[in-house]
Amino acid sequence: MNTLENNVASPTTPGEQHFPPFVASDDIVALADERITHYPESKLSAVLPLIHIVQHKHGFVSKEAITWIAEKLEIEPMKVVSVVTFYPGFRQSAPGKFHYRVCRTLSCAMAGSYELMDQICEITNIDRSQLSHHHPIVVSPCGNYSVEFAECLASCGTAPVCLVNDDFHENIKPENAQDLINKYQP
Amino acid sequence: MSDIKYLPGKEPHPREHRLIFKNIDREGWDPSIDTYTADGGYEQLKKAMAMEPGDITTEVKKSGLRGRGGAGFPTGVKWGFIPPKNTKPVYLICNCDESEPGTFKDRYIVHQDPHQLIEGMVISAFAVGAHTAFIYMREEFPEAAITMEKAIEEAREKGYVGKNILGTGFDLEIWVHRGAAAYICGEETGLIESLEGKRPYPRIKPPYFPAALGLYMAPTIVNNVESLCHVKHVIEMGGEEYAKLGVDRNTGTRILCVSGDVQKPGYYEIEVGKMTMRELLNEVCGGPLEGRSFKAVIPGGSSSKILRCDETFQIGRGEDAKDLSFWDIQLDFDTLAACGSMAGSGGVIVLDDTRKMSWVLNNINHFYAHESCGQCTPCREGSTWMKKISDRIVEGKATPEDITTLEEVAYQIDGKTVCAFGEASSWPVEAIISKFRDELTADTNENNERLSKEQLQREMFLGK
Repeated sequence: MNTLENNVASPTTPGEQHFPPFVASDDIVALADERITHYPESKLSAVLPLIHIVQHKHGFVSKEAITWIAEKLEIEPMKVVSVVTFYPGFRQSAPGKFHYRVCRTLSCAMAGSYELMDQICEITNIDRSQLSHHHPIVVSPCGNYSVEFAECLASCGTAPVCLVNDDFHENIKPENAQDLINKYQP
Repeated sequence: MSDIKYLPGKEPHPREHRLIFKNIDREGWDPSIDTYTADGGYEQLKKAMAMEPGDITTEVKKSGLRGRGGAGFPTGVKWGFIPPKNTKPVYLICNCDESEPGTFKDRYIVHQDPHQLIEGMVISAFAVGAHTAFIYMREEFPEAAITMEKAIEEAREKGYVGKNILGTGFDLEIWVHRGAAAYICGEETGLIESLEGKRPYPRIKPPYFPAALGLYMAPTIVNNVESLCHVKHVIEMGGEEYAKLGVDRNTGTRILCVSGDVQKPGYYEIEVGKMTMRELLNEVCGGPLEGRSFKAVIPGGSSSKILRCDETFQIGRGEDAKDLSFWDIQLDFDTLAACGSMAGSGGVIVLDDTRKMSWVLNNINHFYAHESCGQCTPCREGSTWMKKISDRIVEGKATPEDITTLEEVAYQIDGKTVCAFGEASSWPVEAIISKFRDELTADTNENNERLSKEQLQREMFLGK
């Protein structure tokens, strides 16, 4: 456990208010147990699905969640950590209530996705300059919004595109950023 | 096909030949199994299950079907690599980690026509003797994961998936496995590692194909979504008849995803090799935007080498040698390879004269620097160095020397890594520098300050 304490940090963010702290609730356990049956050869295979289940409800993967997943799959917690820290799709801090993932890659950038990101940041009061390779997610001070640049969302023909939580939006011109944000009222 | 109506504004171009995308944007179409079976769905599964598994593989070999994920390897040949005396379970994996920039074909199949994929997968699993199949779905398709799981459930209820399929005694379970936003999971051995619950570090080759040693060290076939869908049509038409579509050694249809600076970006399913660049860009895609002209095209996803629109290629050998202009390139695997690029995943990114190549290069470099898995030193360090150098070019802080350094770094990645990501990240750099050197050099300045050795080391190893 000490190793985990030293290696896993989840800086607090204003987004936390929107997500319940992790507990191994009945619904999570039931979902996890079902997923594990998909991989009779190796429980380790269920590590990504379990992280998804936790992150979907709790916003990010905390130390407590990592410990629980490791116990559930009978593996070392560090194996879970190695997965959580590798994949850009897994978070170690809470995002905002509405998490905007704007595609940054070539076709979307050509169609104005950087300007779209600027607009979203301006409207949601997010400091755009904080976005960097090492800090891919920035949460607004109110905790309602967060932004992230995504790499190619595979819809280049309808660029620029973005994901808001699990909803996909295409042909979002920078000047329509306000309309997009209006669709998600906290 | 004439009786099929499409949604207004989404009608296929007359030059298209819709096989895989027949049901995409179709009027009155939904992803449910009833709609699919009412349209003749799962009939090919019944036909295939009455065949010997080996005969299905033979048909796929005869069809000449080549993988649509990027490498263009013959699907039937890949299936044939399963060791004949194998006693372990065989796995089938559908690679739906579509993430090559410029590619957006699988998205529409898994969202709108999931049963076509399931039918193709069950036929393929039957052919290779797999009783467990996974669909590795990229994390950015959360809706598709739900659609797909629902479709599998529907198919299970009708007896097309699960135990004793169609009363033949053949069992197959299909599971959707979601990735987590890592491009490297599209590499088949990286995908397998990810499915095993680890970091997706691609495996050392040989064995060159997971058909020998794959998931859980058992024979595994990894095929692209589009390839698996084609299997259904191979069964429907018969291998020989299917092979009549397209041109010699480049058979069937394929979906070209056009994006960037054209009037009508989108997906176009064409017979392989039956269309030239000129026809695709000017006729099908409606030409360049108002007042602009085409400058360059990335023909098969961002990792394929860029082609200049004013280029002429010398292709063929001996008596067959000829000059081929960019506009006359046939869109098939072999012609694009002969022109020094590749058909890849079918993602065509079009750039016009308003685009600065240094900016384009920098955008691509950012992608690969972000997505390198970090296993091999040349790629992990090199992709980030290339990004930083192109950052300097874009910011106007580079010297002409930097272009040479950038090129050198690229050539030190190419061919020196475990997986093809090394080439994927260095080819765009090599190609853009060799074809647009003057333009890139114009963005640099002799008088800019050269970074000292210490500054360079700081920048390279400690970030900015």
